[in-house]
Amino acid sequence: MARFVIRRLLQSAVVLLGVTLVVFLLLQLVPGDPVRVALGTRFDPQTYEALRARAGLDQPLVVQYFDYLRRALTGDLGVSFRSGRPVTAIVLERLPATLSLAVTAVLFAVVIAFPLGIVSAIRSGSLVDHAARVFSQFGVSVPDFWMGIMAILLFSGVLGWLPPSGYVALTEDPGRWASHVALPAATVGLVTASILTRFVRSSMLEVLSEDYVRTAEAKGLRTRVVVLRHVLRNALIPVVTVVAVQLASLLGGVIVIEVLFAWPGIGRLTYDAVAARDYPVLQGAVLLVAALFLLVNLVVDILYARLDPRITVK
Amino acid sequence: MINRDGQLGRALSALRRDPLALTGSLVLVVLVVVGVGGAWLAPSGINEVDVDRMLQPPSWAHPFGTDELGRDVLSRVMVAARVSLQVGLVSVGIALTVGVTLGLFAGYYRGWLDNVVMRCMDVLFAFPVLLLAVAIVAVLGPGLLTAMVAIGVVYTPIFARVTRAGVLSVREQVFVRAAVSVGASDLRIMRRHVLPNIAAPLIVQTSLSLAFAILSEAALSFLGLGVQPPDPAWGRMLFDGRGFVTEAWWLGVFPGAAIFLTVLAFNLVGDALRDVLDPRQLTVNEARRSTS
Amino acid sequence: MKPVLAVEDLTVTIDTRRGPARAVAGVDWAVRPGETLALVGESGSGKSMSVLAATGLAPRTARVSGRIHLLDTELTGLPEQRRRRLRGRHVGFVFQDPMTSLNPVLTVGRQVVEAAQEHLGLTRRAARSRAVELLDLVGIPSAGQRVDAYPHQFSGGMRQRVVIAMALACEPDLLIADEPTTALDVTTQAQIVELVADLQRRLGTAVVWITHDLGVVAGIADTVAVMYAGRILEQGPVDAVFGAPSHPYTRALLAARPDPAAGDADLVTIAGAPPSPLDLPPGCAFWPRCPVRGDARCEHEMPPLVPVSAGHQVRTFYPQATDRRD
Repeated sequence: MARFVIRRLLQSAVVLLGVTLVVFLLLQLVPGDPVRVALGTRFDPQTYEALRARAGLDQPLVVQYFDYLRRALTGDLGVSFRSGRPVTAIVLERLPATLSLAVTAVLFAVVIAFPLGIVSAIRSGSLVDHAARVFSQFGVSVPDFWMGIMAILLFSGVLGWLPPSGYVALTEDPGRWASHVALPAATVGLVTASILTRFVRSSMLEVLSEDYVRTAEAKGLRTRVVVLRHVLRNALIPVVTVVAVQLASLLGGVIVIEVLFAWPGIGRLTYDAVAARDYPVLQGAVLLVAALFLLVNLVVDILYARLDPRITVK
Repeated sequence: MINRDGQLGRALSALRRDPLALTGSLVLVVLVVVGVGGAWLAPSGINEVDVDRMLQPPSWAHPFGTDELGRDVLSRVMVAARVSLQVGLVSVGIALTVGVTLGLFAGYYRGWLDNVVMRCMDVLFAFPVLLLAVAIVAVLGPGLLTAMVAIGVVYTPIFARVTRAGVLSVREQVFVRAAVSVGASDLRIMRRHVLPNIAAPLIVQTSLSLAFAILSEAALSFLGLGVQPPDPAWGRMLFDGRGFVTEAWWLGVFPGAAIFLTVLAFNLVGDALRDVLDPRQLTVNEARRSTS
Repeated sequence: MKPVLAVEDLTVTIDTRRGPARAVAGVDWAVRPGETLALVGESGSGKSMSVLAATGLAPRTARVSGRIHLLDTELTGLPEQRRRRLRGRHVGFVFQDPMTSLNPVLTVGRQVVEAAQEHLGLTRRAARSRAVELLDLVGIPSAGQRVDAYPHQFSGGMRQRVVIAMALACEPDLLIADEPTTALDVTTQAQIVELVADLQRRLGTAVVWITHDLGVVAGIADTVAVMYAGRILEQGPVDAVFGAPSHPYTRALLAARPDPAAGDADLVTIAGAPPSPLDLPPGCAFWPRCPVRGDARCEHEMPPLVPVSAGHQVRTFYPQATDRRD
């Protein structure tokens, strides 16, 4: 187990190093001088030189990279070209909004997908099964931002039940937070649920055909016990990975939904940084998201090993 | 050894039998026709601004209504089909070419090459799909070409992984070893013996990736990072119309429905192909269909 | 003595995509307390299916008809709820492959006593000591520690012992052993056969032993039924069937039996293959491969099961014929 954890840690570290290189190179790929581009009409020589020096752009490339890496390791991701504030602080203050949206959406998805996937596997070929398959095909194909627009149209425009956009912090007013998070979370959650439903269903079907399930039936156990104790536990082990990958990609990937619902999270920050050509903020957001993504994957792999006793021994 | 025509033949006959896949194929045919001939088929010009006809609901003259500048939504949806198809095809073409080449060499030669290539793919895999595409476009500047490149880069690792996995299982088989033993060159073995035998998962992957690439394009253009105005794109139309949807539902419904139908059609065909060609293929893809 | 489990005119039809497949066609057999019945046949002969159907474990697409008596209860038409309780309480199962028939994520102890907890309402503490007791019974060393181990920590032979312990958890009246040694190596096979025979002597359990290995049958069975294409071709006391095999198929099986010294258990080497259950011939299903090769009657008419001696029956028109050697 310890060796497995160490190996996975090393792997993740190597990938993370690659990630920093990609993120670093992003700035180099900007055609022309990124600082000049970013400043645009606000150009004045003094600010320009200060920002260039702060970003280390007057150094050779290799030196710049190791400098970037060294500072990133100490949590210094540079300063915003726009506001001059530290990128780390800017990115971190957006984290709660994204986190609360992503977690709510994944919970929503799990609550729908698990029962639906389980029932459609157990009653394979039934009406529920067909409905589940239509649902998952719909969810995999629908653009979530379109569904978001439709949801705003219905729940906010026609019915007037929920605010069309905006954000209230959970810590500030849980009730108003909930009413604001409902639409974006449901929108993202439905798409995630449709993906999860497929995985739960196919994983369940695979386990249902295992010999040990027949063994459990031969013991005369109740169907509920067979499903809960013998099928579910085995079927959900691989699904856990998928849930986590979904969560991880939501943590940085809900750009469009955050823009649509004016949700001030990492995605919205990324969008604003792109529009303002604030490259250090863009780099910081991308780096943070990729690091989170890797971290979640690492945790999942270890969790997976804990859930499946076979892996610990190997 | 599986022969290539046999696979295609099986795939086609399976499509004919499956009503969903058949529907999907028909939608795709219509789409291609509209995509190629959109500008001629469209009832009106796409940039005919008319302030007297702003935000009109669907009517016989304008079946999909008009937008905030009085432009005919149907015509714009039709012309925008070309953009979606073009971005989908070119970006998946890039991902396919680069990914298959990398995966082929990595899987065939193994060793350090394999290690380097696949670690690079791991790095690309560490970014959420859309975020990476947005970052690339942000750096290169928005537009049709950069959108295609960005989406192509984002979907390359999947093709590399699928190809490599296929190569690893094929290269130990008898006919490959036989080819090696009679002294065929590596390139020839890869082209003549390895590639045809991993065609099945690649066909499936291509078709499913088209669906996701089109979704990604829509998301990028929704963010203003795709085709630049006044050229129409479905995602962009949704973005521009989002402020008006409560008064003008048609601005939200029709472009979105066009994206949905296109993606659905590719998915239906892709699923049917997978059922026939490669029923056990890992659904990496679906896990990667990240939300935008 | 009344049989523990008896089936009469048992027929199992499985609906497949290519039409109904008749897996079992009008089979009668019975197993009495303390006795061992061996069901012998090639794979697909219906030997396993007849037992699974009798105990309610047939696949969902299977249609089962006939009469099935378990102890004093008629099972046909009984709601699944009731059948389930009888199944766990009175019948224990040992399946073919111990590598796959145990749940990988539960400890063996938990799996061993699961049935007892369900049907006998054991407390948690009682369940644990019962698990240790059962593992000890089947000869697992240091059962007290091994009870908390997971299946992958056991060898194949040890796993099959765990499965046997599991089957015996409720002290069932009947043990069903579905090719329990096929997946094991030769020395382990002998140990498992010996273990089951020993447990049967000590506990007085009836056993249905499903196998294609006639060598095992001779050693442990009291009665034997030879099945082919869903029907019984010959059945009776093991001495009678082995001493005077009356069906050409039985003779072929016995002749194909490997030399025990040679060791290899892979036996059936009769030319040809059994017919598809989707397309059974009207006459004797063995006719195309039969070394006796009677006349057109064999091809077009199903031979009846006729007695040749006390309790010994055979399904052929030519019980006295000798095989042709070409």
